[in-house]
Amino acid sequence: MAVGSRSAAECWRTFKLAAWLGWQMESNWADPFLFSIYSIVKPVSHSLILVVMYLVVRGQAAGGGLFAQMYVGNAFFLYVGQVLFGLTWVVIEDREFYQMFKYMYVSTPNIYWYLLGRSFAKMAIATVSVVIVLTFGRVFLRLPIHASTVDLTTFCFSMFFGMVSCIGMGIGLAGVMLVVARHGGHASEAVAGALFLLSGAVFPIDILPRLALYPAIALPTTYWLEGVRRGLLGSGMGQTMAVFSNRELIVVLAMLSLVYLILGTLTFVMCEKTAKARGLIDMHTHH
Amino acid sequence: MKTDLKWHLRVNVKAAIARAYVRVVGTNREFSWIFFDTLLPLLGTAAYVYVYRAMDAPEEYVGFVLLGGAMTAYWMNVLWNMASNFYFERQGWNLELYFIAPISRMAILAGMAIGGMFMTTIRAGSLLVLGSMLFNVRFNVSSVPLVVLAFVLTLVALYGLGMLFSSLFLMYGREAWHTSNLLQEPVYLLSGFYFPVRALGFYIAIAASIIPLTLGMDAVRQLVFSHLHFSLFPVQVEIAGLGVLGAGLLYAAAVALDRMERAAKQEGRLTLRWQ
Repeated sequence: MAVGSRSAAECWRTFKLAAWLGWQMESNWADPFLFSIYSIVKPVSHSLILVVMYLVVRGQAAGGGLFAQMYVGNAFFLYVGQVLFGLTWVVIEDREFYQMFKYMYVSTPNIYWYLLGRSFAKMAIATVSVVIVLTFGRVFLRLPIHASTVDLTTFCFSMFFGMVSCIGMGIGLAGVMLVVARHGGHASEAVAGALFLLSGAVFPIDILPRLALYPAIALPTTYWLEGVRRGLLGSGMGQTMAVFSNRELIVVLAMLSLVYLILGTLTFVMCEKTAKARGLIDMHTHH
Repeated sequence: MKTDLKWHLRVNVKAAIARAYVRVVGTNREFSWIFFDTLLPLLGTAAYVYVYRAMDAPEEYVGFVLLGGAMTAYWMNVLWNMASNFYFERQGWNLELYFIAPISRMAILAGMAIGGMFMTTIRAGSLLVLGSMLFNVRFNVSSVPLVVLAFVLTLVALYGLGMLFSSLFLMYGREAWHTSNLLQEPVYLLSGFYFPVRALGFYIAIAASIIPLTLGMDAVRQLVFSHLHFSLFPVQVEIAGLGVLGAGLLYAAAVALDRMERAAKQEGRLTLRWQ
C-alpha cells in the first residue's frame, strides 16, 4: 500500500469516519457524568504526583519558576502519551481483541488514514485533559499564566509542529505493532517514558549526562515543550535551549517534525509490507 | 471424599501450572519485550530521578524512585495481565473453555499470577539493578528476611486484589477496562510510588493503605533505607497489615468471583463480547 495512493477525498472520509468511531469507543462506555469524572481524575492525579514530589523537597509547591515550568511541561506531555498510545493500541485492539483489523484493512481505502482518524479521538481527550490540568494549576497552584503575557504565535506554532511530530512517532510505532505480538501493546507507554526523560518534560535537559543530551536535542518533543513553556509562561527551562530565540526554536521544531513524520511513515510502510508478506495482518497472540 | 479432595487439588494445581506455562513460554517466543519492558521503562523512571536532582533533593530519593519504578511493573501487571485478563480471554474465545473445565477460577488466576510474576520480576529486577548501578544508589538494608517477607506479602495481597478486580470483568466489558485504566495514575499518587506516602498526610495515607502497595512500599523502603525516618507505621505493623490485607483480598476475590459469575450467567453477559 502506498500512503498517498488514494484520492484526498477518500482519505478525508476514512479519517473522518475513523475519528467518529474512535470517539464513540472512547466515550460511550459511560454516562457523560462518569466520563467527565474519569477525564478529570486521571490527568489531575498525574500532575499531583509532581506537585507532591516538589512539596516533599521544597516544602511548598505553587507559583512560578522551576515549579511552573515542570508543571506546564508535564501537562503538555499528556499529548505524547495519548497520541502514541492512541495510534499503537488501535492495531492491537482491532487485531487481537475485536478481531476486526483484517476487515478494516480490506474495507478502508487506506489504513494509514484510518489509524490517524482513530488516534484523533485520543488527541481530543488529551486536549480536554491538558485544559483541566492547566486550569487546576492556574486556580489552585497560582501558575503565572496570564492572557496579557501569553505569546500566542510561539504557542500555536509549537503546538502544531509538536502534534505533527507526535503523529510521526506514533505512526512509526503503529507500524511496529503490525509485526509484534499482543504484549507489544505496552511499547507506546515505554517509548513515552523514554521521551519523558529525553525531552526534559519535567526538568531542564542540562542535567542529563552528555551521552543522553545528544538524543535529547535531536527530539522534536524537546523543542515543542520548550516552545509551549515560552508561549505560556514567557520563559523556557535550562541553558541548553536558551541559545535559541523563539523564531529559531520554531524553525528547528518544524524541520525535526517533518523528518520524524517522514521517518515514521516510512517505518509504517515497511512494517506493513513485512506484516503482509508474513501473514501477520490478522495475527492472534493469546498467551 | 479424601480421594475427591486429592483429585481436585491435583487438577487445580495442574491447571495453574498450565496457565502459567503458557505465559512463560509465550513470553520467550517474542523477545521484543526485553527492549520494551526492561530498558525503556528504566528511562521513564529515570525521568523522576532527574526531577529530584533538578530540585536538589537528597540522593536517597533516587532510591525511592527506583523502588517505585520497580513496583510500577507489578501494578501494571496486576491491572493489565491479571485483573483485565478475563476480558481479554473472553475476546479471544478462551473464557468459555475455562468455565466448562472442572477447575476453580482461582486456579486459572493463580496460574496467570505466577506466569505474570515471572515476567514482571525480570522487568522490575532489571530496572532495580540497572538503575542502582546507573545512579549509584546505596541501600542500607536492616533485615533481609523482613524485606523478603514484606515483599512476598505485598505480592500476595496485590495479586489478591487483581483477582478481586478480575471478577468485575465477568460481568462488565469496557467499563471495567476503563476502570483499570483509571487505576494507574491515581494509585501512583496515593500509594506514594515516587515519594514517602506520609507526605500525603496521615489520614489520606491510611485510606490509601487499602491498596497493598502503600503499606508494602513503605515497609520495604523503611527496611532498605533504614537510616531515614519517613514511615507511616513501624515495619512490624505494616507487615501484619499486609498479611491481613492478603488474606482478606483472597477471600473477597473467591466470593466475588462466585457471585459475579452467577450474576453474569443470569444476565447472559458471561460470554458477551465487545460490550
